[in-house]
Amino acid sequence: MLRLPRFGVVTPQTVEDVVAAINQPGARIIAGGTDLLPNLKHRLEQPALLVSLSQVEALRQVGRDDRAGVVRIGAGVTLTEISENHLVRQLYPSLARAAGIVASPSIRNMATIGGNINLDTRCRYVNQSEFWRSAIGGCLKSEGTLCHVVKGGRNCVAAMSSDCVPVLTTLDATVVLVGPAGERRVAIAEYYNTDGVRHINKEPGEFMTEVQIPVPKGPRRSAYAKWTVRKNIDFPLVSVAMRFDLDADSPDARMTDVRVCVGVLNAKPRLIRRTESLAGKRLSDRATVEALCQLVYKQSKPLENVPYEAPYRRKMIPVYTRRAIEKMLAS
Amino acid sequence: MAESFLLSFQLNGEPVEVAAPPHYTLLEVLRYKLDLIGSKQGCDKGDCGACTVQIDRRPVLSCITLGVHVQGREVVTVEGLTRPGMHPLHDCFDKWVAAQCGFCTPGILMAAEAYLSAVGRKVTRGEVAEALASNLCRCTGYTKIVDAIVEASELMAAEDEGKDDHRRAGNPSKTS
Repeated sequence: MLRLPRFGVVTPQTVEDVVAAINQPGARIIAGGTDLLPNLKHRLEQPALLVSLSQVEALRQVGRDDRAGVVRIGAGVTLTEISENHLVRQLYPSLARAAGIVASPSIRNMATIGGNINLDTRCRYVNQSEFWRSAIGGCLKSEGTLCHVVKGGRNCVAAMSSDCVPVLTTLDATVVLVGPAGERRVAIAEYYNTDGVRHINKEPGEFMTEVQIPVPKGPRRSAYAKWTVRKNIDFPLVSVAMRFDLDADSPDARMTDVRVCVGVLNAKPRLIRRTESLAGKRLSDRATVEALCQLVYKQSKPLENVPYEAPYRRKMIPVYTRRAIEKMLAS
Repeated sequence: MAESFLLSFQLNGEPVEVAAPPHYTLLEVLRYKLDLIGSKQGCDKGDCGACTVQIDRRPVLSCITLGVHVQGREVVTVEGLTRPGMHPLHDCFDKWVAAQCGFCTPGILMAAEAYLSAVGRKVTRGEVAEALASNLCRCTGYTKIVDAIVEASELMAAEDEGKDDHRRAGNPSKTS
């Protein structure tokens, strides 16, 4: 049996009341709780007070803002709602896909996009029971001072395992944070750093209210690929999100802009560099797809931080990239 | 120490009020405070689905849902899967011997009921497998469970054609 530690809970109804509540000592946000509660049961955190977003209706909206040219998704929208939302399916099919294959259906009914974006990093030496961890003396992210993944390492390399974050990175999304000093916006690519213990660039007392995604300006294809041990329930072993802006709405069109982002390497999703070399080429050309897969392979170096061996996972990244492109072109 | 929380919500069609410590999960509120022990505690961390209940008609895992989160919402547990006579899922699980040890059965019934009610038609084996992706069974190999749910979907769809009002007895507010 895994009991939760004792804590208090408050259920504010407005964003202002949430800000006031999280500025109390030991306070922490809880949205769906599907990732946080197992972590608390494993004693990875011991907050004195959980500030629940369950009663904040303002965070549960999805809407198009044509003046700003973005779609706004509230932090409290569930992953099921995102995967079923017509606006998301129409404008951002890769996001609908990613949100629709997180964990399992029952988890997606509670889990929120805010929780998925602010998901804690994971590692095979961290996400274990307190008893299991005590056998190895903990690690940098739990009770210890050693890293078991990188021997002698001083930087925690726990992995960002969110399915939505690589996709949102390719879509140039922006997260909106609210805190005592007011509102601020951060490009999602700047929202993470490589320190697995504190991987989110968020100030104490701030919380995320929404994510904004620019409306596509022209024809586009996008895809998300994820490899897992089992088909459902598991976190990804590797994940790749892709976005191809095209000069015409046809599978044979030329690419004008390419974004590829790989997840589950370390705490920061990796936006693949030098994809501009693919501009002007066609996705229907096998050599182009192969060149893209090589770029992804060279720049993605998995570590032994999640299940399966790192060299195996590295080889599978271009495989999943190629399959996702083939599936995308066929549909 | 934190004080108890007074929780009021709809449970199996009836309004309930219950005081529970704020760190209780929904599963703990149901089992320890309301004596509804149909929902099972399995892995207790969101992997197995034995604790599945419905919140606002969607299946969720009550072991990783904070009790406080059901304030004002509508919860249905396996004890609420009743009507005059047997529910088609009960009949079909019985007919196909779809429960062996039975520990996963309450969770599977709630996930299946939510799915069949939402689609309202005969479903395929593949669709059942997707709908039950959150629920593990270590006895049956799933074959008999899927058989039972496919047949229940036929019976429920046939009932649907006969009358609009086929939903859970004791929950008239949601049936019209």
